[in-house]
Amino acid sequence: MAFVGGCLTILVVGAVFLAIWAIWRYNDLVSLRNQVANGWKQIDVQLKRRHDLIPNLVAAVKGEMQFEQDTLEKVIQARNAAASAHGVADAAGKENALTQTLGRLFALAENYPNLKANESVKSLMEELSSTENRIGFARQFYNDIATRYNTAQQIFPDNFIAQAFKFQPVELFEIQDAAERAVPKVDLSLRPSP
Amino acid sequence: MPRNLYDQQKRNIANTRMFIAGFVCLLAVMGLSTDGVLYAGGFSPGLPVATLGALCLGGLSAWWSLTGGDRAILESTNAAPLDRTDPSQRVLDNVVEEMAIAAGLPKPAVYVIPDADPNAFATGVGPERATIAVTRGLLEKLDRDELQGVVSHELSHVKNYDVRLMTVVAALAGAILLLSDWSRRGLRWGRRSSSEKSGGLGILFVGLWIISMLLAPIIAQIVSLAVSREREYLADASGAELTRNPLGLASALEKIAAAIAPTPSIKRGVAHLCIEDPRGRAVNEREGLFANLFATHPPVEKRIAALREMAYQPAASRP
Repeated sequence: MAFVGGCLTILVVGAVFLAIWAIWRYNDLVSLRNQVANGWKQIDVQLKRRHDLIPNLVAAVKGEMQFEQDTLEKVIQARNAAASAHGVADAAGKENALTQTLGRLFALAENYPNLKANESVKSLMEELSSTENRIGFARQFYNDIATRYNTAQQIFPDNFIAQAFKFQPVELFEIQDAAERAVPKVDLSLRPSP
Repeated sequence: MPRNLYDQQKRNIANTRMFIAGFVCLLAVMGLSTDGVLYAGGFSPGLPVATLGALCLGGLSAWWSLTGGDRAILESTNAAPLDRTDPSQRVLDNVVEEMAIAAGLPKPAVYVIPDADPNAFATGVGPERATIAVTRGLLEKLDRDELQGVVSHELSHVKNYDVRLMTVVAALAGAILLLSDWSRRGLRWGRRSSSEKSGGLGILFVGLWIISMLLAPIIAQIVSLAVSREREYLADASGAELTRNPLGLASALEKIAAAIAPTPSIKRGVAHLCIEDPRGRAVNEREGLFANLFATHPPVEKRIAALREMAYQPAASRP
């Protein structure tokens, strides 16, 4: 009788510990999933900031750069296309196109010494170049947290919890364009040339 | 064994627990040896009063330092809140925002210290309440990449809860110093009572007590400096993890070290918080046992070399 009682106690204690462990792992996974969702939203916040800044910049440089109407037009078009994109793949493609037209605009702006001296253009350029960095860092943070989330789902024995409650691995953000991968950093700040 | 960012971070976190445990042990040893002297002197209240008292004093001073320490530090350096109308301060503000996004932390408050020498520090109690302060000289001398390196280093101090740890460690070291001070005053009483009552045991306890009271403050000082040095390597490593550009911080450290003049606005008590020792002391640049024990920061050449090594590793492992 005492033997059966002892076995039962061990079983009950074991079951309680198992339940506590399962709850703990489940809560960790939920918290990570929310952080991943938040990380994704952060990228959107910065992209929105970029879309808001571009019309201001174009308006500020329009007077000086009247012979570059074609480029300015393309920037605005790319901006509008990116702002109205639907879906992740669509948005990624259009944002990349916008980055390229912006890069062209910044390169052309180098030819206008008056723009480099203009305080409001300089500060808009600084804000936009900071926004480009923020987008990059927001993507980097998203990839870090998504990697942690995926790892937490795959390691043993946590993978049982992940499978039982149908946690899905998320995709990491990747650069689609091979050319962009080759050029890891674009300096958009207008430094006075020495 | 390759030493990458993640390994280094784990090792440093393990070391930190050891340091805190060491401080608690020191306080306990001081209290216990006092209790031993009391016991040998024939005074036995039934509870180890001195031990409990020492631990309580440590806990109280740590709590006190956490509630208002950061405000006091900022005031002592004449730091002023950032002004976004100034172009270089606007760049600083943007860089802090960028690094906060990279770290996934709320953006800390940003202060500027009116001092021509380049330096920076972080204070606060954790990510929810943190401040990064940089000198005006730093803004003038560094380019954007280097500034990013410095800000990522300071933000890592916040992220790793170094700001909190350093405050607690300083408070515990202060409590130990205070205890040792008090007991030196009580020394005369201890000597007389033990010689009157018990024989060999009493002398043994008094001897232990004197040794612990003399050694504890020195050990506390050495340990708190060791915590500070370990934390610098960790912040360098996790800062590089944020920027993915260890060379930016390496070149910033070179520029900061080249300006060897002391930073007069930053007082002695804040030295261990700064990115480089603000006293312009030579001890941090020296090697050897003595220099290693008493410097607040590791030699800057070692830090730069470690950062360059990190920059090298990912390149070597790329297929």
